[in-house]
Amino acid sequence: MIKTKVQNIRHRLKMYRRSPLSLVLLLLVVLSTTITVTILLFIIGYILVKGIPNITADLFAWEYTSQNVSLTPAVINTLIIVVVALLTAVPLGIFSAVYLVEYARHGNKLIEIIRLTTETLAGIPSIIYGLFGLLFFVTALGWGFSLLAGAFTLAIMILPVIMRTTEEALKAVPNSYREGSFALGAGKLRTVFRIVLPSAMPGILSGIILGVGRIVGETAALLYTAGTVAEIPKNLLSSGRTLSVHMYVLASEGLYINQAYATAVVLLVVVMIINWISNMMAKKITKG
Amino acid sequence: MQTVFLLAACTSIFAVALICLFLFVNGIPAMAEIGVLDFLLGKKWKPSSGIYGILPMILGSIYVTAGAIATGVPIGILTAVYMAKFCPKYIYRFLKPAVDLLAGIPSVVYGFFGLVVLVPLVRDTFGGNGSSILTASILLGIMILPTVISVSESAIRAVPESYYQGGLALGATHEQSVFFITLPAASSGIMAGVVLAIGRAIGETMAVIMVAGNQARMPAGLLKGIRTLTTNIVIEMGYAAELHRGALIATGVVLFVFILIINLSFSLLIRRANR
Repeated sequence: MIKTKVQNIRHRLKMYRRSPLSLVLLLLVVLSTTITVTILLFIIGYILVKGIPNITADLFAWEYTSQNVSLTPAVINTLIIVVVALLTAVPLGIFSAVYLVEYARHGNKLIEIIRLTTETLAGIPSIIYGLFGLLFFVTALGWGFSLLAGAFTLAIMILPVIMRTTEEALKAVPNSYREGSFALGAGKLRTVFRIVLPSAMPGILSGIILGVGRIVGETAALLYTAGTVAEIPKNLLSSGRTLSVHMYVLASEGLYINQAYATAVVLLVVVMIINWISNMMAKKITKG
Repeated sequence: MQTVFLLAACTSIFAVALICLFLFVNGIPAMAEIGVLDFLLGKKWKPSSGIYGILPMILGSIYVTAGAIATGVPIGILTAVYMAKFCPKYIYRFLKPAVDLLAGIPSVVYGFFGLVVLVPLVRDTFGGNGSSILTASILLGIMILPTVISVSESAIRAVPESYYQGGLALGATHEQSVFFITLPAASSGIMAGVVLAIGRAIGETMAVIMVAGNQARMPAGLLKGIRTLTTNIVIEMGYAAELHRGALIATGVVLFVFILIINLSFSLLIRRANR
Protein backbone atom coordinates (compact mmCIF):
# COMPACT_ATOMS: atom_id res chain seq x y z
CA MET A 1 0.00 0.00 0.00
CA ILE A 2 2.67 2.49 1.10
CA LYS A 3 4.94 1.25 -1.64
CA THR A 4 2.37 1.96 -4.35
CA LYS A 5 1.81 5.41 -2.88
CA VAL A 6 5.51 6.20 -3.02
CA GLN A 7 5.65 4.90 -6.57
CA ASN A 8 2.65 7.02 -7.41
CA ILE A 9 4.27 10.18 -6.04
CA ARG A 10 7.54 9.41 -7.79
CA HIS A 11 5.65 8.90 -11.03
CA ARG A 12 3.87 12.22 -10.65
CA LEU A 13 7.12 14.06 -9.88
CA LYS A 14 8.56 12.66 -13.07
CA MET A 15 5.52 13.89 -14.94
CA TYR A 16 5.91 17.37 -13.49
CA ARG A 17 9.56 17.51 -14.50
CA ARG A 18 8.52 16.71 -18.03
CA SER A 19 5.68 19.22 -17.99
CA PRO A 20 6.32 22.18 -15.65
CA LEU A 21 3.04 23.74 -16.80
CA SER A 22 1.17 20.96 -15.03
CA LEU A 23 2.90 21.81 -11.79
CA VAL A 24 1.99 25.48 -12.21
CA LEU A 25 -1.65 24.55 -12.84
CA LEU A 26 -1.70 22.31 -9.79
CA LEU A 27 -0.27 25.09 -7.64
CA LEU A 28 -2.80 27.59 -9.00
CA VAL A 29 -5.69 25.30 -8.22
CA VAL A 30 -4.50 24.60 -4.70
CA LEU A 31 -3.73 28.28 -4.11
CA SER A 32 -7.22 29.37 -5.22
CA THR A 33 -8.91 26.87 -2.98
CA THR A 34 -6.74 27.99 -0.09
CA ILE A 35 -7.74 31.61 -0.75
CA THR A 36 -11.44 30.71 -0.80
CA VAL A 37 -11.25 28.79 2.46
CA THR A 38 -9.07 31.41 4.14
CA ILE A 39 -11.51 34.19 3.22
CA LEU A 40 -14.42 32.22 4.66
CA LEU A 41 -12.62 31.36 7.89
CA PHE A 42 -11.36 34.92 8.22
CA ILE A 43 -14.79 36.52 7.78
CA ILE A 44 -16.48 34.19 10.22
CA GLY A 45 -13.58 34.21 12.66
CA TYR A 46 -13.29 37.99 12.61
CA ILE A 47 -16.99 38.57 13.24
CA LEU A 48 -17.07 35.97 16.04
CA VAL A 49 -13.91 37.20 17.78
CA LYS A 50 -14.95 40.85 17.64
CA GLY A 51 -18.59 40.18 18.37
CA ILE A 52 -18.82 37.56 21.10
CA PRO A 53 -17.20 39.74 23.82
CA ASN A 54 -19.75 42.44 22.99
CA ILE A 55 -22.80 40.27 23.53
CA THR A 56 -24.43 41.62 26.67
CA ALA A 57 -27.75 41.05 28.42
CA ASP A 58 -28.66 44.64 27.51
CA LEU A 59 -28.70 43.70 23.86
CA PHE A 60 -31.62 41.36 24.50
CA ALA A 61 -33.70 43.75 26.61
CA TRP A 62 -37.44 43.69 25.85
CA GLU A 63 -37.67 47.42 25.12
CA TYR A 64 -35.51 49.15 22.52
CA THR A 65 -33.88 52.37 23.68
CA SER A 66 -31.10 54.38 22.09
CA GLN A 67 -28.89 53.30 25.00
CA ASN A 68 -29.19 49.54 24.76
CA VAL A 69 -30.01 49.25 21.00
CA SER A 70 -31.74 45.99 21.89
CA LEU A 71 -32.24 43.49 19.13
CA THR A 72 -35.24 41.73 20.69
CA PRO A 73 -37.89 43.80 18.84
CA ALA A 74 -36.00 43.11 15.60
CA VAL A 75 -36.07 39.38 16.31
CA ILE A 76 -39.83 39.51 16.95
CA ASN A 77 -40.37 41.45 13.72
CA THR A 78 -38.27 38.93 11.84
CA LEU A 79 -40.36 36.05 13.22
CA ILE A 80 -43.62 37.77 12.23
CA ILE A 81 -42.38 38.45 8.71
CA VAL A 82 -41.11 34.88 8.34
CA VAL A 83 -44.47 33.44 9.44
CA VAL A 84 -46.61 35.69 7.22
CA ALA A 85 -44.34 35.29 4.19
CA LEU A 86 -44.33 31.49 4.60
CA LEU A 87 -48.12 31.34 5.04
CA THR A 88 -48.41 33.06 1.66
CA ALA A 89 -45.54 31.58 -0.31
CA VAL A 90 -45.55 27.95 0.87
CA PRO A 91 -49.08 26.95 -0.28
CA LEU A 92 -48.64 28.83 -3.55
CA GLY A 93 -45.21 27.36 -4.17
CA ILE A 94 -46.21 23.78 -3.34
CA PHE A 95 -49.44 23.94 -5.38
CA SER A 96 -47.56 25.39 -8.38
CA ALA A 97 -45.00 22.62 -8.18
CA VAL A 98 -47.77 20.00 -7.89
CA TYR A 99 -49.38 21.40 -11.01
CA LEU A 100 -46.10 21.45 -12.93
CA VAL A 101 -45.04 17.92 -11.95
CA GLU A 102 -48.28 15.97 -11.44
CA TYR A 103 -50.86 17.58 -13.71
CA ALA A 104 -49.29 19.49 -16.59
CA ARG A 105 -48.84 17.69 -19.89
CA HIS A 106 -45.50 17.79 -21.65
CA GLY A 107 -45.00 20.46 -24.27
CA ASN A 108 -47.72 22.65 -22.79
CA LYS A 109 -47.06 26.30 -23.79
CA LEU A 110 -48.29 27.56 -20.41
CA ILE A 111 -45.68 25.47 -18.61
CA GLU A 112 -42.89 27.11 -20.56
CA ILE A 113 -44.19 30.55 -19.67
CA ILE A 114 -44.44 29.56 -15.98
CA ARG A 115 -40.87 28.22 -16.08
CA LEU A 116 -39.62 31.39 -17.73
CA THR A 117 -41.35 33.72 -15.27
CA THR A 118 -40.16 31.65 -12.31
CA GLU A 119 -36.57 31.87 -13.57
CA THR A 120 -37.07 35.61 -14.01
CA LEU A 121 -38.34 35.96 -10.43
CA ALA A 122 -35.33 34.02 -9.15
CA GLY A 123 -32.96 36.42 -10.89
CA ILE A 124 -34.52 39.72 -9.82
CA PRO A 125 -32.31 41.49 -7.26
CA SER A 126 -33.82 42.26 -3.87
CA ILE A 127 -33.70 46.03 -4.35
CA ILE A 128 -36.12 45.67 -7.30
CA TYR A 129 -38.46 43.66 -5.04
CA GLY A 130 -38.14 46.44 -2.50
CA LEU A 131 -39.00 49.04 -5.12
CA PHE A 132 -41.99 47.02 -6.29
CA GLY A 133 -43.17 46.50 -2.72
CA LEU A 134 -42.94 50.24 -2.12
CA LEU A 135 -44.91 51.04 -5.27
CA PHE A 136 -47.53 48.32 -4.92
CA PHE A 137 -48.13 47.29 -1.30
CA VAL A 138 -47.01 50.48 0.45
CA THR A 139 -48.32 53.11 -1.99
CA ALA A 140 -50.94 51.65 -4.37
CA LEU A 141 -52.66 49.48 -1.75
CA GLY A 142 -52.06 52.13 0.89
CA TRP A 143 -50.65 49.84 3.57
CA GLY A 144 -47.85 52.25 4.40
CA PHE A 145 -44.53 50.96 5.78
CA SER A 146 -45.76 47.80 7.45
CA LEU A 147 -44.77 44.27 8.37
CA LEU A 148 -47.51 43.04 6.04
CA ALA A 149 -46.07 44.89 3.03
CA GLY A 150 -42.59 43.55 3.87
CA ALA A 151 -43.83 39.99 4.32
CA PHE A 152 -45.76 39.98 1.02
CA THR A 153 -42.78 41.41 -0.84
CA LEU A 154 -40.56 38.66 0.56
CA ALA A 155 -43.22 36.03 -0.16
CA ILE A 156 -42.87 36.81 -3.88
CA MET A 157 -39.10 36.75 -3.50
CA ILE A 158 -38.95 33.25 -1.98
CA LEU A 159 -41.69 31.79 -4.20
CA PRO A 160 -39.23 30.56 -6.87
CA VAL A 161 -37.02 28.96 -4.19
CA ILE A 162 -39.94 26.96 -2.79
CA MET A 163 -41.31 26.09 -6.23
CA ARG A 164 -37.99 24.79 -7.49
CA THR A 165 -37.11 22.67 -4.45
CA THR A 166 -40.65 21.24 -4.28
CA GLU A 167 -40.51 20.38 -7.98
CA GLU A 168 -37.21 18.55 -7.50
CA ALA A 169 -38.59 16.72 -4.48
CA LEU A 170 -41.77 15.67 -6.33
CA LYS A 171 -39.77 14.46 -9.32
CA ALA A 172 -37.65 12.34 -6.99
CA VAL A 173 -40.72 10.38 -5.81
CA PRO A 174 -40.65 7.06 -7.74
CA ASN A 175 -43.53 6.53 -10.18
CA SER A 176 -44.22 3.14 -8.62
CA TYR A 177 -45.61 4.96 -5.55
CA ARG A 178 -48.21 6.69 -7.72
CA GLU A 179 -49.02 3.51 -9.64
CA GLY A 180 -49.39 1.58 -6.40
CA SER A 181 -51.80 4.17 -5.09
CA PHE A 182 -53.85 4.15 -8.29
CA ALA A 183 -53.90 0.34 -8.24
CA LEU A 184 -55.46 0.45 -4.77
CA GLY A 185 -58.23 2.58 -6.18
CA ALA A 186 -57.13 6.01 -4.97
CA GLY A 187 -57.91 8.99 -7.17
CA LYS A 188 -55.42 11.52 -8.48
CA LEU A 189 -55.99 14.06 -5.71
CA ARG A 190 -55.78 11.49 -2.91
CA THR A 191 -52.58 10.12 -4.44
CA VAL A 192 -51.03 13.58 -4.51
CA PHE A 193 -51.96 14.48 -0.94
CA ARG A 194 -51.58 11.09 0.78
CA ILE A 195 -48.70 9.50 -1.14
CA VAL A 196 -46.64 11.91 -3.21
CA LEU A 197 -46.47 14.99 -0.98
CA PRO A 198 -45.65 13.06 2.24
CA SER A 199 -42.80 11.20 0.52
CA ALA A 200 -41.46 14.47 -0.86
CA MET A 201 -41.70 16.18 2.53
CA PRO A 202 -37.98 16.34 3.47
CA GLY A 203 -37.17 18.01 0.15
CA ILE A 204 -40.02 20.46 0.48
CA LEU A 205 -39.00 21.30 4.04
CA SER A 206 -35.42 21.90 2.93
CA GLY A 207 -36.74 24.44 0.41
CA ILE A 208 -38.92 26.13 3.00
CA ILE A 209 -36.04 26.43 5.44
CA LEU A 210 -33.85 27.80 2.65
CA GLY A 211 -36.56 30.42 2.10
CA VAL A 212 -36.49 31.28 5.81
CA GLY A 213 -32.74 31.80 5.52
CA ARG A 214 -33.26 34.18 2.61
CA ILE A 215 -35.86 36.17 4.58
CA VAL A 216 -33.70 36.43 7.69
CA GLY A 217 -30.73 37.66 5.65
CA GLU A 218 -32.70 40.14 3.54
CA THR A 219 -32.29 43.89 3.90
CA ALA A 220 -32.70 45.79 0.63
CA ALA A 221 -36.24 44.54 -0.02
CA LEU A 222 -37.36 45.55 3.47
CA LEU A 223 -35.96 49.06 3.96
CA TYR A 224 -38.81 50.71 2.05
CA THR A 225 -41.56 48.14 2.63
CA ALA A 226 -41.40 47.18 6.32
CA GLY A 227 -39.46 50.26 7.26
CA THR A 228 -36.97 50.77 10.05
CA VAL A 229 -38.97 51.38 13.24
CA ALA A 230 -37.11 49.67 16.08
CA GLU A 231 -40.01 48.89 18.36
CA ILE A 232 -42.22 45.89 19.01
CA PRO A 233 -45.11 46.16 16.51
CA LYS A 234 -48.72 46.68 17.60
CA ASN A 235 -50.18 44.88 14.61
CA LEU A 236 -49.35 43.73 11.11
CA LEU A 237 -49.78 47.22 9.72
CA SER A 238 -47.15 48.78 11.96
CA SER A 239 -43.68 49.31 10.63
CA GLY A 240 -40.82 47.29 12.04
CA ARG A 241 -37.21 46.44 11.26
CA THR A 242 -35.98 42.87 10.99
CA LEU A 243 -32.66 41.69 12.41
CA SER A 244 -30.79 42.33 9.14
CA VAL A 245 -32.23 45.82 8.77
CA HIS A 246 -31.33 46.48 12.42
CA MET A 247 -27.80 45.32 11.67
CA TYR A 248 -27.61 47.65 8.66
CA VAL A 249 -28.88 50.67 10.60
CA LEU A 250 -26.41 50.07 13.43
CA ALA A 251 -23.49 49.64 11.04
CA SER A 252 -24.30 52.65 8.87
CA GLU A 253 -24.99 55.01 11.77
CA GLY A 254 -21.54 54.14 13.06
CA LEU A 255 -22.44 55.07 16.66
CA TYR A 256 -22.83 51.55 17.99
CA ILE A 257 -19.99 49.63 16.37
CA ASN A 258 -19.59 47.21 19.30
CA GLN A 259 -23.29 46.43 19.31
CA ALA A 260 -23.13 46.04 15.53
CA TYR A 261 -20.45 43.36 15.94
CA ALA A 262 -22.59 41.54 18.48
CA THR A 263 -25.69 41.78 16.27
CA ALA A 264 -23.65 40.46 13.34
CA VAL A 265 -22.73 37.41 15.44
CA VAL A 266 -26.38 36.72 16.27
CA LEU A 267 -27.42 37.16 12.63
CA LEU A 268 -24.59 35.03 11.31
CA VAL A 269 -25.21 32.20 13.77
CA VAL A 270 -28.98 32.18 13.09
CA VAL A 271 -28.49 32.08 9.30
CA MET A 272 -25.78 29.41 9.60
CA ILE A 273 -28.02 27.18 11.71
CA ILE A 274 -30.94 27.64 9.28
CA ASN A 275 -28.81 26.75 6.26
CA TRP A 276 -27.31 23.79 8.07
CA ILE A 277 -30.76 22.38 8.86
CA SER A 278 -31.81 22.90 5.25
CA ASN A 279 -28.74 21.01 4.01
CA MET A 280 -29.39 18.15 6.42
CA MET A 281 -32.95 17.88 5.11
CA ALA A 282 -31.75 17.94 1.52
CA LYS A 283 -29.24 15.17 2.28
CA LYS A 284 -32.01 13.05 3.75
CA ILE A 285 -33.82 12.84 0.41
CA THR A 286 -30.74 12.01 -1.62
CA LYS A 287 -30.03 9.16 0.79
CA GLY A 288 -33.46 7.78 0.17
CA MET B 1 -58.82 21.04 -7.47
CA GLN B 2 -56.73 20.95 -10.63
CA THR B 3 -57.91 24.50 -11.29
CA VAL B 4 -56.59 25.57 -7.87
CA PHE B 5 -53.19 24.08 -8.69
CA LEU B 6 -53.25 25.76 -12.09
CA LEU B 7 -54.12 29.13 -10.56
CA ALA B 8 -51.32 28.76 -8.02
CA ALA B 9 -48.93 27.96 -10.85
CA CYS B 10 -49.94 31.16 -12.58
CA THR B 11 -48.87 33.23 -9.55
CA SER B 12 -45.38 33.65 -10.90
CA ILE B 13 -46.68 34.91 -14.25
CA PHE B 14 -48.96 37.28 -12.39
CA ALA B 15 -46.13 38.46 -10.13
CA VAL B 16 -43.73 39.18 -13.00
CA ALA B 17 -46.47 41.02 -14.91
CA LEU B 18 -47.31 43.10 -11.84
CA ILE B 19 -43.66 43.95 -11.16
CA CYS B 20 -43.12 45.02 -14.78
CA LEU B 21 -46.35 47.01 -14.81
CA PHE B 22 -45.65 48.94 -11.61
CA LEU B 23 -42.01 49.65 -12.41
CA PHE B 24 -42.70 50.79 -15.97
CA VAL B 25 -45.85 52.80 -15.22
CA ASN B 26 -44.08 54.69 -12.45
CA GLY B 27 -40.66 54.95 -14.10
CA ILE B 28 -41.23 55.57 -17.81
CA PRO B 29 -43.15 58.89 -17.47
CA ALA B 30 -40.33 60.35 -15.37
CA MET B 31 -37.81 59.13 -17.92
CA ALA B 32 -39.85 60.76 -20.69
CA GLU B 33 -40.13 64.01 -18.76
CA ILE B 34 -36.38 64.19 -18.19
CA GLY B 35 -35.70 63.04 -21.74
CA VAL B 36 -34.54 59.48 -22.34
CA LEU B 37 -31.11 60.47 -23.66
CA ASP B 38 -30.54 63.13 -21.00
CA PHE B 39 -31.47 60.55 -18.41
CA LEU B 40 -29.36 57.67 -19.68
CA LEU B 41 -26.35 59.65 -20.89
CA GLY B 42 -26.44 62.66 -18.58
CA LYS B 43 -23.21 62.95 -16.65
CA LYS B 44 -24.66 64.94 -13.76
CA TRP B 45 -27.01 63.80 -11.01
CA LYS B 46 -28.14 66.84 -9.04
CA PRO B 47 -31.70 66.36 -7.81
CA SER B 48 -31.55 69.70 -5.95
CA SER B 49 -31.23 71.56 -9.25
CA GLY B 50 -33.42 69.18 -11.23
CA ILE B 51 -30.62 67.50 -13.19
CA TYR B 52 -31.08 63.75 -13.46
CA GLY B 53 -28.38 61.96 -15.45
CA ILE B 54 -27.62 58.39 -14.41
CA LEU B 55 -24.57 57.69 -16.58
CA PRO B 56 -22.31 57.88 -13.47
CA MET B 57 -24.41 55.19 -11.79
CA ILE B 58 -24.57 53.00 -14.91
CA LEU B 59 -20.78 53.19 -15.22
CA GLY B 60 -20.43 52.65 -11.48
CA SER B 61 -22.45 49.44 -11.65
CA ILE B 62 -20.49 48.24 -14.68
CA TYR B 63 -17.11 49.05 -13.10
CA VAL B 64 -17.71 47.31 -9.78
CA THR B 65 -19.26 44.33 -11.58
CA ALA B 66 -16.26 44.09 -13.90
CA GLY B 67 -13.98 44.34 -10.88
CA ALA B 68 -15.91 41.61 -9.11
CA ILE B 69 -15.65 39.35 -12.16
CA ALA B 70 -11.91 40.03 -12.43
CA THR B 71 -11.29 39.08 -8.79
CA GLY B 72 -13.95 36.44 -8.17
CA VAL B 73 -14.18 34.43 -11.38
CA PRO B 74 -10.59 33.12 -11.74
CA ILE B 75 -10.42 32.08 -8.08
CA GLY B 76 -13.92 30.61 -8.28
CA ILE B 77 -13.28 28.52 -11.40
CA LEU B 78 -9.93 27.25 -10.12
CA THR B 79 -11.53 26.30 -6.80
CA ALA B 80 -14.28 24.48 -8.70
CA VAL B 81 -11.62 22.60 -10.70
CA TYR B 82 -9.93 21.57 -7.47
CA MET B 83 -13.21 20.41 -5.96
CA ALA B 84 -14.32 18.44 -9.00
CA LYS B 85 -11.04 16.95 -10.18
CA PHE B 86 -8.26 17.17 -7.61
CA CYS B 87 -9.66 16.99 -4.17
CA PRO B 88 -9.62 13.82 -2.05
CA LYS B 89 -12.97 12.83 -0.55
CA TYR B 90 -12.11 13.83 3.01
CA ILE B 91 -11.23 17.38 1.94
CA TYR B 92 -14.34 17.60 -0.24
CA ARG B 93 -16.49 16.73 2.75
CA PHE B 94 -15.16 19.91 4.35
CA LEU B 95 -14.99 22.12 1.25
CA LYS B 96 -18.55 21.66 0.05
CA PRO B 97 -20.19 22.89 3.28
CA ALA B 98 -17.63 25.71 3.39
CA VAL B 99 -18.80 26.97 -0.02
CA ASP B 100 -22.45 26.61 1.06
CA LEU B 101 -21.62 28.62 4.15
CA LEU B 102 -20.07 31.38 2.05
CA ALA B 103 -23.29 31.47 0.02
CA GLY B 104 -25.38 31.70 3.16
CA ILE B 105 -23.76 34.74 4.77
CA PRO B 106 -26.25 37.66 4.51
CA SER B 107 -25.15 40.61 2.41
CA VAL B 108 -25.33 43.06 5.35
CA VAL B 109 -22.78 40.93 7.16
CA TYR B 110 -20.54 41.01 4.08
CA GLY B 111 -21.05 44.76 3.93
CA PHE B 112 -20.19 45.18 7.59
CA PHE B 113 -17.09 43.05 7.15
CA GLY B 114 -16.11 45.22 4.18
CA LEU B 115 -16.68 48.35 6.23
CA VAL B 116 -14.58 47.31 9.21
CA VAL B 117 -11.87 45.27 7.46
CA LEU B 118 -11.55 45.98 3.73
CA VAL B 119 -12.06 49.76 3.82
CA PRO B 120 -9.24 50.37 6.35
CA LEU B 121 -7.09 47.78 4.56
CA VAL B 122 -7.44 49.52 1.18
CA ARG B 123 -6.94 52.94 2.81
CA ASP B 124 -3.71 51.87 4.51
CA THR B 125 -2.34 49.94 1.54
CA PHE B 126 -3.22 52.11 -1.43
CA GLY B 127 -4.18 55.48 0.06
CA GLY B 128 -7.38 57.39 -0.59
CA ASN B 129 -10.17 57.18 1.93
CA GLY B 130 -10.76 53.46 1.45
CA SER B 131 -14.34 53.56 0.17
CA SER B 132 -13.68 52.97 -3.50
CA ILE B 133 -14.30 51.00 -6.67
CA LEU B 134 -11.47 48.71 -5.66
CA THR B 135 -12.96 47.91 -2.25
CA ALA B 136 -16.40 47.26 -3.71
CA SER B 137 -14.88 45.05 -6.42
CA ILE B 138 -13.00 42.92 -3.92
CA LEU B 139 -16.02 42.53 -1.66
CA LEU B 140 -18.32 41.64 -4.58
CA GLY B 141 -15.64 39.29 -5.88
CA ILE B 142 -15.83 37.42 -2.57
CA MET B 143 -19.62 37.44 -2.61
CA ILE B 144 -19.91 35.88 -6.10
CA LEU B 145 -17.39 33.12 -5.29
CA PRO B 146 -20.00 30.56 -4.14
CA THR B 147 -22.14 31.16 -7.26
CA VAL B 148 -19.19 30.73 -9.61
CA ILE B 149 -17.89 27.71 -7.69
CA SER B 150 -21.12 25.72 -7.51
CA VAL B 151 -22.23 26.33 -11.11
CA SER B 152 -18.73 25.63 -12.49
CA GLU B 153 -18.34 22.53 -10.36
CA SER B 154 -21.52 20.95 -11.67
CA ALA B 155 -20.58 21.96 -15.23
CA ILE B 156 -17.18 20.25 -14.85
CA ARG B 157 -18.74 17.16 -13.30
CA ALA B 158 -21.21 16.94 -16.20
CA VAL B 159 -18.38 16.40 -18.72
CA PRO B 160 -18.14 12.66 -19.50
CA GLU B 161 -15.22 10.97 -17.73
CA SER B 162 -14.17 9.43 -21.05
CA TYR B 163 -13.00 12.84 -22.33
CA TYR B 164 -10.58 13.08 -19.44
CA GLN B 165 -9.43 9.48 -19.83
CA GLY B 166 -8.91 10.03 -23.53
CA GLY B 167 -6.53 12.84 -22.65
CA LEU B 168 -4.59 10.63 -20.26
CA ALA B 169 -4.40 7.88 -22.86
CA LEU B 170 -2.76 10.29 -25.27
CA GLY B 171 -0.03 10.92 -22.69
CA ALA B 172 -1.30 14.13 -21.11
CA THR B 173 -0.75 14.67 -17.41
CA HIS B 174 -3.71 14.83 -15.05
CA GLU B 175 -3.54 18.65 -15.06
CA GLN B 176 -3.22 18.95 -18.83
CA SER B 177 -6.16 16.65 -19.34
CA VAL B 178 -8.35 18.56 -16.88
CA PHE B 179 -7.43 22.02 -18.13
CA PHE B 180 -7.24 21.43 -21.86
CA ILE B 181 -9.94 18.80 -22.39
CA THR B 182 -12.47 18.75 -19.54
CA LEU B 183 -12.53 22.50 -18.89
CA PRO B 184 -13.16 23.58 -22.52
CA ALA B 185 -15.92 20.98 -22.74
CA ALA B 186 -17.55 22.53 -19.66
CA SER B 187 -17.13 26.08 -20.95
CA SER B 188 -20.75 26.94 -21.69
CA GLY B 189 -21.84 25.75 -18.24
CA ILE B 190 -19.03 27.78 -16.66
CA MET B 191 -20.05 30.82 -18.75
CA ALA B 192 -23.58 30.41 -17.40
CA GLY B 193 -22.14 30.56 -13.89
CA VAL B 194 -20.24 33.73 -14.75
CA VAL B 195 -23.38 35.34 -16.18
CA LEU B 196 -25.30 34.40 -13.03
CA ALA B 197 -22.51 35.97 -10.99
CA ILE B 198 -22.74 39.16 -13.09
CA GLY B 199 -26.44 39.32 -12.22
CA ARG B 200 -25.68 38.89 -8.52
CA ALA B 201 -22.96 41.56 -8.55
CA ILE B 202 -24.94 44.16 -10.48
CA GLY B 203 -27.98 43.65 -8.27
CA GLU B 204 -26.15 43.69 -4.95
CA THR B 205 -27.08 46.66 -2.81
CA MET B 206 -26.42 46.48 0.90
CA ALA B 207 -22.81 45.33 0.71
CA VAL B 208 -21.92 47.92 -1.94
CA ILE B 209 -23.57 50.78 -0.10
CA MET B 210 -21.28 50.24 2.88
CA VAL B 211 -17.96 50.21 1.03
CA ALA B 212 -18.30 52.14 -2.25
CA GLY B 213 -18.40 55.73 -0.99
CA ASN B 214 -21.61 56.48 -2.92
CA GLN B 215 -20.57 59.77 -4.54
CA ALA B 216 -22.85 60.51 -7.50
CA ARG B 217 -20.17 61.58 -9.96
CA MET B 218 -18.39 60.10 -12.94
CA PRO B 219 -15.88 57.39 -11.96
CA ALA B 220 -12.61 59.16 -11.19
CA GLY B 221 -10.28 56.25 -10.51
CA LEU B 222 -9.92 52.86 -8.89
CA LEU B 223 -9.35 54.38 -5.46
CA LYS B 224 -12.17 56.92 -5.67
CA GLY B 225 -15.71 56.42 -4.49
CA ILE B 226 -18.59 55.58 -6.76
CA ARG B 227 -22.35 55.12 -6.69
CA THR B 228 -24.16 52.22 -8.37
CA LEU B 229 -27.71 51.99 -9.73
CA THR B 230 -28.84 49.93 -6.74
CA THR B 231 -27.38 52.19 -4.08
CA ASN B 232 -28.76 55.31 -5.80
CA ILE B 233 -32.27 53.99 -5.11
CA VAL B 234 -31.64 53.11 -1.47
CA ILE B 235 -29.82 56.33 -0.57
CA GLU B 236 -32.34 58.81 -1.92
CA MET B 237 -35.69 56.98 -1.90
CA GLY B 238 -36.26 57.91 1.74
CA TYR B 239 -36.78 61.60 1.05
CA ALA B 240 -37.43 61.84 -2.70
CA ALA B 241 -40.68 63.30 -4.06
CA GLU B 242 -42.29 63.91 -7.45
CA LEU B 243 -39.84 63.92 -10.38
CA HIS B 244 -36.91 62.98 -8.14
CA ARG B 245 -38.84 59.92 -6.96
CA GLY B 246 -39.80 59.14 -10.56
CA ALA B 247 -36.15 59.39 -11.59
CA LEU B 248 -35.20 56.91 -8.85
CA ILE B 249 -37.88 54.47 -10.00
CA ALA B 250 -36.59 54.95 -13.56
CA THR B 251 -33.14 54.03 -12.21
CA GLY B 252 -34.79 50.82 -11.01
CA VAL B 253 -36.24 50.30 -14.50
CA VAL B 254 -32.79 50.58 -16.07
CA LEU B 255 -31.42 48.08 -13.55
CA PHE B 256 -34.39 45.77 -14.18
CA VAL B 257 -33.77 45.84 -17.94
CA PHE B 258 -30.09 45.01 -17.37
CA ILE B 259 -31.13 42.09 -15.17
CA LEU B 260 -33.66 40.81 -17.72
CA ILE B 261 -30.98 40.79 -20.42
CA ILE B 262 -28.56 38.98 -18.10
CA ASN B 263 -31.21 36.42 -17.09
CA LEU B 264 -32.08 35.77 -20.71
CA SER B 265 -28.45 35.11 -21.64
CA PHE B 266 -28.16 32.84 -18.59
CA SER B 267 -31.16 30.74 -19.70
CA LEU B 268 -29.82 30.53 -23.25
CA LEU B 269 -26.38 29.43 -22.03
CA ILE B 270 -27.86 26.81 -19.70
CA ARG B 271 -29.98 25.45 -22.51
CA ARG B 272 -26.89 25.23 -24.73
CA ALA B 273 -24.90 23.56 -21.95
CA ASN B 274 -27.61 20.94 -21.45
CA ARG B 275 -27.82 20.09 -25.10
